[in-house]
Order: sequence, then C-alpha cells, then structure tokens
Amino acid sequence: MYAQLVDTGAKRLKTLEEMSPEERAFQEKIDAEIKIEPKNWMPEGYRRTLIRQISQHAHSEIVGMLPEKNWLTRAPNFKRKLQLLAKIQDEGGHGLYLYSAMETLGADRDEEVAKLHSGEVKYSSIFNYPALSWADMGTIGWLVDGAAIVNQVVLQRTSYGPYSRAMIRICKEESFHQRQGYQILLHMMQNGTDEQKAMVQDSINRFWWPAMMMFGPHDSDSPNSAQSMAWKIKRMSNDDLRQRFIDQTVPQLEFLGCTAPDPDLKWNETRGHYDFGEIDWTEFYDVVKGNGPCNRDRLRTRRKAIEEGTWVREAASAYAAKQKQKNAAA
Amino acid sequence: MSDWTLFEVFVRSKHGLNHKHVGSVHATDAAMALENARELYTRRSEGVSIWVVPSAAITASSPDEKEPLFDPSDDKVYRHATFYDLPKEVGHM
Repeated sequence: MYAQLVDTGAKRLKTLEEMSPEERAFQEKIDAEIKIEPKNWMPEGYRRTLIRQISQHAHSEIVGMLPEKNWLTRAPNFKRKLQLLAKIQDEGGHGLYLYSAMETLGADRDEEVAKLHSGEVKYSSIFNYPALSWADMGTIGWLVDGAAIVNQVVLQRTSYGPYSRAMIRICKEESFHQRQGYQILLHMMQNGTDEQKAMVQDSINRFWWPAMMMFGPHDSDSPNSAQSMAWKIKRMSNDDLRQRFIDQTVPQLEFLGCTAPDPDLKWNETRGHYDFGEIDWTEFYDVVKGNGPCNRDRLRTRRKAIEEGTWVREAASAYAAKQKQKNAAA
Repeated sequence: MSDWTLFEVFVRSKHGLNHKHVGSVHATDAAMALENARELYTRRSEGVSIWVVPSAAITASSPDEKEPLFDPSDDKVYRHATFYDLPKEVGHM
C-alpha cells in the first residue's frame, strides 16, 4: 500500500520438499513466527523482495511530505501550522527508520534514492495527487494516513525483525496524524461556513478513490502476494486490508456529515461488511506508470532537494575531516 | 550520504533504566550522530540520555554460534530459583 506491486521474482511457491535444507529451515522458522534478523541466512529472493518493499515504503514517506509542505505557509493559524510541521517531520523520520531497516539487508541508501530519482523504483500512487485546499490537509491525515495505519498495524507482525520494529515505532506516531486530520475536517464541518463545508466534501470526493487504490490491485491480480504471504513479509491480502479500512472509515465519514463518491457503498447485513463500487484500475495503473497529476513534479522536487543540498553534505564531510586532522595533531 | 559513518543509537527512556538499542543514523562524526539521533528517536520525550556508537565498533555473536554459546545453559535448571522446592510453611523466599 505504501508499497504496491512489489515483485518477489517467484513464479510459484516452492513446496518444502523442493527447498534446499537451508531454505527449508528458513521457511520453518517463518512458519513458527520466529523473526528473521540481519545476520540470519535468508533466500536471495526474500532479501531482494524486502529491499524493494522497504525502500518503496521509505520513499513513500519521503515523497509524502511534498503534498503537505504546500500548506505549511498557508495554514489557517499558528497552532495548525505547528501540528502540520510536526506531522511532516514525523514522515521524514519514518522514511529514515525505514532506510535504516533497509540498510541492514545490505542495501545502499544512496543507490536506492538514486533509483527513486531515475524512476526505476516507485512510491505510493497516492502522493501523485495534488493538495489543492486546506481541507486536503485534513483528508490526507484522515484517509491517507488512516489507510497507511491499517496496513502498517498488520506489518508490525512482518517476519523481518528490523522492518517489524520500524513499523511498531511508526504506528505509535501515526495515530496522531490521523486524529489531527480528522479534527481539521470535523472543525470545518461543525464550525465552518457553507463554503468551508463544501470544501471538505470536495476534498473527500477527490481523495476517496485514490485512498482505496493505496491497497493495490485485487488479490486475483496480485501475482506476487502468494510468495510475500508465504514469507510473511505481507500478512494480509490487499482486498482484506481494503475492506477493513472501508468498514472502519464509513462510520467516521457519516459522523462528519459527508458522503463518499461511491453510489454502491452500502452496509451488507449478510456479509457484515460494507459493499463498495469498483475502483477505476485504468487510473491506478496510469498513475503507477508515472502519468498521475503530480508524478513529474514530485520527482523533480526530490531531485532538486538532493542536488541543492549537495554543498551542505560536502561541507559537513569537510568539517569532520578537518576536525579529525586537528584532533590527531593535538 | 552512504559514505558517512553509520552509528547505532541507544536511548535510556527513564532514569534508572538501561540504554536500549533503537536504530541507527548516518553522520560525519559523533557530535552530528548525537544531534541526528535526538531529532530522529526522541521527538516525543522518549529518552533522558542517548549513546551513539559507530556500528563498525560493535562485535556481535554470529547466529551460527547460537548453539555452542547458549545451549550449555539450557540444562542448568539448578541456576533458577524455581528449581528449589521448599515447604509452604517457609513462606515466600
């Protein structure tokens, strides 16, 4: 979801009999819910899949700061500005926790960031949509972070120790994001003018479907899920996560006094879940391929940040080298 | 930034508790590592003290040594208080 369409390289699952003794011991450990740690033996496919998933997850956190930064200088008051700053700083922090976890697998941070900037690896499709109004700060916190939490709560049980621990930290911090977002919307709906209320509904209309897409394709169109689930990198299927998110979100939507842009959304007594309409998958794959409203702008901004920060990193290295020399001489 | 030193970060959450590993940061030197660790790992009063240690300075036991290192203590149950049955009348000890 923050990681969509992660390729495992596996065409089908191996049976225990087909595995090498090392692979089998590894799989048995996973089946027994024993966490895998950096120095443990692991199949190359497991390592590569994790690097792909964790880097994509980390990139999403970093790129996720961009739609929000737009509103830092436009927040309606100082309190909201401080809250938004704190949230954005958290996203940066989450990216760093994840890059650290990724490095324990032998991946190089600079190389992975370069792959993001060249478009070789992805980040979540959701961040390719623009934040056009202040209400979007509320909707992003509520729906986007809300969808992320549903996914990340499950990922706390992922089989790789450092990833799981990063998820635990992130989940602790993330619920503040969702609550502050919902409160922005609630405040506008309860105290706002008609125009402000319309702004909330418009924002929900624009973000509803992109938020649903965050969970990725249907299970039937998700060829990598079986291997990821067998390795317990993934713990719940895309469709199950999406259903869980919808079930918990609709009552919150109703409390706001807003509606979803989905005529098929309704409670199904027999299933005990909400039914909902079909996602526009053409749009999803289009955005994933780089043709969303903001793809090019996001990458341009990221590249610019790295390029324009080069002198700061060089100065820091030069300073450290000089200090070292000085201390050696003294 | 990958060429910068990798530091492991340990945070003491409260006075009287031990420092606990929380993650890692890249930095050009120890002073910067402390600052980065403060920003990254203690934004919500998670700690009262931070250690940063160059990752390369840590010697870790290898997973292959798990058995020779730790198995010998498995059959030494007499090292645990619960091994010694005492009559009820003695009370809590």
